[in-house]
Amino acid sequence: MIRQPRIRLADFSLSSRRPGLLPPAAAGEPWLMTVIAVLCFLACLAAVAASAADRAAHGWARQLGAEATVQVRSSVGETGDTAAARAAETLSGVDGVEEAAALSRKAAEDLLRPWLGDAVLPDLPVPHLVTVRLNAQAPASAVTLSRALAEAGLDATVDDHSLWRSEVERSAALITALAGAAFLAIAFAAAAAIAYATRAGLAAGQGVIETLSLNGATDGAIAWLFQRRFGLMAAGAGAIGAGLAAILLALLRFLGGSDGLSAALPITWSDLALLSPCPLLAATVAVLAARFAAMRVLASGRPTERGGA
Amino acid sequence: MPPSPAEPAPVTETVRLSGVGFGYAGAPDVLRDINLILPRGSFHFLTGPSGAGKSSLLRLLTLADRPRTGTLRLFGSDVTHIDRRDIPAFRRRMGVVFQDFRLLDHLSAFDNVALPLRLAGGSEADYAADVQEMLKWVGLGRRMDARPPALSGGEKQRLAIARAVITRPGLIVADEPTGSVDAVMADKLLRLFQSLNKLGATVLIASHDEALAQRSGARVLRLDAGRLSEPSRVAA
Repeated sequence: MIRQPRIRLADFSLSSRRPGLLPPAAAGEPWLMTVIAVLCFLACLAAVAASAADRAAHGWARQLGAEATVQVRSSVGETGDTAAARAAETLSGVDGVEEAAALSRKAAEDLLRPWLGDAVLPDLPVPHLVTVRLNAQAPASAVTLSRALAEAGLDATVDDHSLWRSEVERSAALITALAGAAFLAIAFAAAAAIAYATRAGLAAGQGVIETLSLNGATDGAIAWLFQRRFGLMAAGAGAIGAGLAAILLALLRFLGGSDGLSAALPITWSDLALLSPCPLLAATVAVLAARFAAMRVLASGRPTERGGA
Repeated sequence: MPPSPAEPAPVTETVRLSGVGFGYAGAPDVLRDINLILPRGSFHFLTGPSGAGKSSLLRLLTLADRPRTGTLRLFGSDVTHIDRRDIPAFRRRMGVVFQDFRLLDHLSAFDNVALPLRLAGGSEADYAADVQEMLKWVGLGRRMDARPPALSGGEKQRLAIARAVITRPGLIVADEPTGSVDAVMADKLLRLFQSLNKLGATVLIASHDEALAQRSGARVLRLDAGRLSEPSRVAA
């Protein structure tokens, strides 16, 4: 009586102590592992760069959003300095404003000096400015500030930095998208390398595969052999790539001091946590790529051997 | 509805080919109008000169290729246009001995013989005793840990046979199983196949060794230029 045939993937499980059904690693696999490790290293750097750039941009945007600048124009019977002082007093009483202070001419000149130099400053009609620090949780809007100034009879223009803030946010989104695209491109390159290796493995091991098939192995079981091999290899390569990236980033963070690497890339220690899924992601990409490539080759029909009687 | 090899075959034929023609892509037919029935438990030799189509016929039976024309039935099921996904279930009911052994060089003799059981989902604890017994039966009890490159031609041949029959298949197909052994070993292997046949397996052996076929007392089929001669009973 023939036993009811059954296939258990457990037979191909990662914990199996029995020898693998595929021949030991081909000579090219160490090189493939190196390539995957380098790709993982680059992917980790891209991910951390995206995270740091995003953090920097949001920090800047938050900072800009918490401040406003008001330019006050003098009117008949009132000097610019007086108007600025009155504007500061008016704005201090508006809900959503923490503090408002008129900028003295000296302070305004100090801001302009780096660009214009000392020579022209005394004759320059420096605008009368009021700096406003807004409540971070419920900031007053530019409209509210303008209305309050108008009600106080002041001729003033409010700049809430929204133009700059949106530019910064747009740049941050662009940098994040580019880093994300780089990450995806690297993942795709890794998948392509794995798929190529799988196809090469299938071609090189044609005899073994035909033997397995003629002894009752399903296409899925054969594909799983490649998935397992390349998944484990990619996990190892991912761990190496992430480890090297972690060492480099830790070094940069250490050397960069409190700002991280720089104000534009404020790397934090928590960024290193981003690297932890790398081995798992690399293994997942490898498993999927190997599965796809193997099933495609197997389903297309194996090259048959000819000859014999 | 796909054929189901798990169901008990209501017929007594293991193999039936009706008007089968076969040729490789872009080439003329190497098999023409083959009509053949292998009753369950029968023992046949398939002889013929090199290039007659013996290996091609065996490839059809092992579902490595499909007929260009005609019908092929295995274990009572029509497998002429079988779906790839259904092939493994049929192959697990067959034992195939290849001309070139097809042993996995990186596995021990034990693991080579255990291969079909392992692929069928068995655990080593379940099949270890069977594999050891089988290896002893083919005279390789002391070479269980040896890998194929360390074995002689005859040992490899016996190992390949052990692997083919470890699952007690209903159909045993062997391509030149005595091609690389001397006459004494050939007779020994023949007796092995006869023993398996007595246990109920249908056996088909392709061989150019007509003398061995005659000595076997089995029914001899002759392929010549892709055509099968009428089976004739030789002296038992």
